[in-house]
Amino acid sequence: MTTDTPNEPPIIQVRNLTKAFGAQKVLQGVNLDVHRGETMVIMGGSGCGKSTLLRHLIGSIRPDEGGILLWGREITALTEAELNEVRKRFGILFQSGALFNSMTVGENVALPLREHTKLDPTTIEIMVKIKLELVGLRQHADKMPAQLSGGMKKRAGLARAIALDPEILFYDEPSAGLDPVTSAEIDRLIMDLSQKLNVTSVVVTHEMDSAFRIADRMCMLDKGVVLRRGARAEFERLRDSRSQDVSDPTERLIRQFLRGEAEGPITDRKEQSDYEEDILMVSTRDER
Amino acid sequence: MRSDPDGSAASGGVGPWRRPLATLGAWVWGPARGFFAQLGGMSLLLASAASWVGRGLVQPQARLKGETLIVQMVRVGVKAIPIVVLVELAIGIILPLQMYPKLDQFGQAEQVATIVAIAAFRELGPLMTAIVLSGFAGASIAAELGTMVTAEEIEALRSMGLNPVRFLVVPRILATLLMTVLLSVIADVVMVAGGMLTSVRLGIDSDVYYRLSVEAINITGFVTGLVKAGVFGLLVGLNSCHLGLSVQPWQGSDGVGQATTRTVVNSIVAIIGADAVFTVIFYAYGLFS
Repeated sequence: MTTDTPNEPPIIQVRNLTKAFGAQKVLQGVNLDVHRGETMVIMGGSGCGKSTLLRHLIGSIRPDEGGILLWGREITALTEAELNEVRKRFGILFQSGALFNSMTVGENVALPLREHTKLDPTTIEIMVKIKLELVGLRQHADKMPAQLSGGMKKRAGLARAIALDPEILFYDEPSAGLDPVTSAEIDRLIMDLSQKLNVTSVVVTHEMDSAFRIADRMCMLDKGVVLRRGARAEFERLRDSRSQDVSDPTERLIRQFLRGEAEGPITDRKEQSDYEEDILMVSTRDER
Repeated sequence: MRSDPDGSAASGGVGPWRRPLATLGAWVWGPARGFFAQLGGMSLLLASAASWVGRGLVQPQARLKGETLIVQMVRVGVKAIPIVVLVELAIGIILPLQMYPKLDQFGQAEQVATIVAIAAFRELGPLMTAIVLSGFAGASIAAELGTMVTAEEIEALRSMGLNPVRFLVVPRILATLLMTVLLSVIADVVMVAGGMLTSVRLGIDSDVYYRLSVEAINITGFVTGLVKAGVFGLLVGLNSCHLGLSVQPWQGSDGVGQATTRTVVNSIVAIIGADAVFTVIFYAYGLFS
């Protein structure tokens, strides 16, 4: 749900983002806006650049070209200290939870509170309990991360991400490695938090069930380029359309992805191979 | 068209040598560049860690928590005590056996005590302790930090606005430095004791041994040994933290393994190098009288 007032600029603005790792072009001229309060799902196949895009948004990587504005501030122009101030206003759930293995769950959640606030230990303890209760882990505060299941690790990571009541939450493949039920539970948490805490959510995923559950708006990446961005309803329409109604190659590609089909433009693209030549070369080589 | 891909025929003399020279250059430049990169990285890390320690002294909230340091010290040093004791005791027992025959020829048999004491406090105590710890502490710290990189923990720390040098590197470097110093003291004593065990068997009176040992060690000898131990510990800590944090996430466990072995190798080389430099300096300043 967008609670944006019409004149307010988007809380996240990505302009012409370009990044290459050596010769590999990972992102090419990506433009994206995320509005306050909405849930934006960034999706695409493996290697499309979505995780790299996320890392740019949180300031872990710097682009070759282009800019990223959070709350109207260009984050690539900030000093480390200024960036750290901005980082207090958002939270990230990493793919594996990224809990600190040497600390208990409770200590993990308490860390941002201890370091970034002047709250006394008792208040911190109460806040940790509140955060853990929100994600359903209050009973497990004294466990070490190694003792948790995959789903629990993610929930603990989420509790830590919301410790400072951030305005934006980033999720890196929240459903990865989870069974369908746990995945649905995490999705519910994402939606709950979005409503209860009125946070803006940016979710990178390629699980379409999940994506359609939680998204307000969606953005599809392929090979570092934005193929399409828009409201969820648009993508739903494309997904549910009949084959013959869709002729544009880009739309057909997107639809194959949305539906999770084994045949289509994406697989055609992969199958241009030199299989026959390779086999022939081997047999002729051995004949000599 | 004549075959002359480099155009080398035109330049006359250098031509035929170009490729072998290029190969030789690459063969030398690769490791040289790696060495300078490592040196640079460690210097930056040292500067960063030092600045955090400095800030910690001035600002209470930036200060290192005592329990973090204790945990690291236990992990780095306490568990290494048995092996350090073993190594030093063994050297202490063996050394007199090597030297006794020759010294006895000159009628100076009891000077075995002096030699063992000097060797222990000035050289072998700090050196062997540091080498043992480069395996114990260095490898384990590099592996731990490298694994944290691959598990996205370091990135998570940064994304929370927390500095990995302050949280992870400073306690570990301080711990390796302090524990190397403390362990070398233990090592020194143990080695002298081992020497006494053998010397007594060889017929040297234990009181004589004790007296000569004490005479051989002056404050200067003791302190120079500790200074060396501190520097060695620092080198182990810097190497391990730098190599551990330099692992790239995509390298996975292979990267961690490489970082671990490189830490041990680099630490030992650095320790020996520093030892040589120190020894020359101390000698030049006449601290060895």
